[in-house]
Amino acid sequence: MVNRTKLRRIGGFEITNGLLMLAVCFMTLYPMWFVLVNSFNAAEYAVLGTVNWLPKAFSLDSYRVVFNNENMMHGFLITALRTIIGTVVHVLFTAIVAYGLSKTNLIGRKFYMKYALITMLFSGGLIPTFLLMTKLGLYNNFLVFIIPAMYSFFDMVIFISFFRTIPDSLEESAKVDGASDYGVLFRIVLPNSMAVIATIALFSAVYHWNDYYQGVIYIRSQELLPLQTMLYKIIAENSMSFMQQQAMAQFGARLPGNSIKFASMMVATVPILLFYPFIQRYLVKGVMIGAIKG
Amino acid sequence: MLQGRIRTFVRQWQLQSMVIPGIIWMFIFCYIPMFWLIIAFMDYSIAKPMLSSPFVGFKHFEDFLTDDRFWRSIRNTLGMSSIKLVLGFAIPIVFSLLLNEIRSVRMKRTVQTISYLPHFIAWTIFGGIMLNWLGEGGVINQLAIGLGLQDREVLFNSEPKYFWWITFFSDVLKETGWSAIIYIAAIAGIDPALYEAAELDGANRWQRMWHITIQSIRPTIAILFILAVAGILGSNFDQIFMLKNNMNLKMAESLDLYIYNMGLVSGRYSFSTAVLFARSIVALWLLLMANYASKKLSGDGIF
Repeated sequence: MVNRTKLRRIGGFEITNGLLMLAVCFMTLYPMWFVLVNSFNAAEYAVLGTVNWLPKAFSLDSYRVVFNNENMMHGFLITALRTIIGTVVHVLFTAIVAYGLSKTNLIGRKFYMKYALITMLFSGGLIPTFLLMTKLGLYNNFLVFIIPAMYSFFDMVIFISFFRTIPDSLEESAKVDGASDYGVLFRIVLPNSMAVIATIALFSAVYHWNDYYQGVIYIRSQELLPLQTMLYKIIAENSMSFMQQQAMAQFGARLPGNSIKFASMMVATVPILLFYPFIQRYLVKGVMIGAIKG
Repeated sequence: MLQGRIRTFVRQWQLQSMVIPGIIWMFIFCYIPMFWLIIAFMDYSIAKPMLSSPFVGFKHFEDFLTDDRFWRSIRNTLGMSSIKLVLGFAIPIVFSLLLNEIRSVRMKRTVQTISYLPHFIAWTIFGGIMLNWLGEGGVINQLAIGLGLQDREVLFNSEPKYFWWITFFSDVLKETGWSAIIYIAAIAGIDPALYEAAELDGANRWQRMWHITIQSIRPTIAILFILAVAGILGSNFDQIFMLKNNMNLKMAESLDLYIYNMGLVSGRYSFSTAVLFARSIVALWLLLMANYASKKLSGDGIF
């Protein structure tokens, strides 16, 4: 069968289709390449925004401005913190709740599941949620990134179905040795669930890294702004005077807005781009699990 | 009986102590906001306790139903969603079908991996690139002038009439590969014997695509179509919030953005909660109707 497929002639369709797929790859990669090239371009070229395949004149000036800018680096720190803390808390909390609910003999299980399912069908929406956060004191508070993102129904269902595939005999032998439910969860179940933990952790991390909207709504003080929210302000609102002042102080000249924008965009994306080749298979696996469950 | 259950409950205190924090979390972050929807029927002010605000019945509903800006946001939402549904729904399906025709496994996998990269790029970045491309001297202007399609620069993102198309094309560029994953997975699950049999019967490539591949993934298509129709009153907030500006607002303000602007910018909490409330009722109704229609037409539904 395999041989026969290989022997089939490559016709016009194969060539057209292959070229089409290459075009898709090009269209997909070009936007990021564009940013990369222009972030390294010397300011006078980056301002033009012209189509370049390589930097016209290589320069690190824009990166110097970004990396020397206290605000930007602080935003980077906030984003890193919320990504790490938010992901750990989300995975642990959701996994613990899911483990309890994965036990069929749990009293009240049917009620708990219905109660959880209702939250998927109805929700309060933007305004009631905003008012609640304000009343809870989460407005302009770092915890607004962590606590509302602690749990997700979808991830819980994925955990539950995965925990069910772990052989009962493993858990029972640990119980016989006198382990508590928490002991079984942390010493037997979670170490055997690394694949699903990785998948859920990665989705959570990508969410935390990329989210700018929470910062727009809930954060007022500069020192709590995540990097993506600062980027939103730089790009969409064009408010980058703080970076221009920095460039002034550093180079004695205004750097064109574009080159600083491109360098900031690169700094905010590099972690995703660096890890992407290694994590993408987990991300796809996650969608597959979700698709089967959903 | 009841005593037995209580005894079991106490005996499982460890398991219960795992679940109950989750139940409390859901109560606070899901059920309390649902309960707060009743401010849609009140004149709520943030300074006072909620229940001491006066009830005003359907006043806010009458207000938004007579607000031109509300109807404009409905038009924009439906416009953007319809373009996405009519022109965009088939794109990931076509992409997955064509990808499936690639014979080299390595090339297939490489194209697939590359195609969903943009999904993981934040809208701040992707939107920033789009704004640059659409602006003065940007890639789009250079292309259009180079190809002789226009003779001078156009600030695409400042002209309202382009906005719906900008959201459509930037969404296609960013999400096609990712949306195709589910179809690719469904196609991978098709029994190869079906193709072999069809080939023996003399079916050509297009016939196999139509009679085997499309027919086999029909349930997946049906479910995603139901969800797309049910979500017609929603919009990609991250995207629109990034691309909107004061010049294009009259075509850019979707229902989501209207609720945001009325509620969080203008501080009319009760008013925008009324809009939210009405929208979730209509969205639920749409979901039920789309499911019903899909069951009637193709025999596949969600529930």
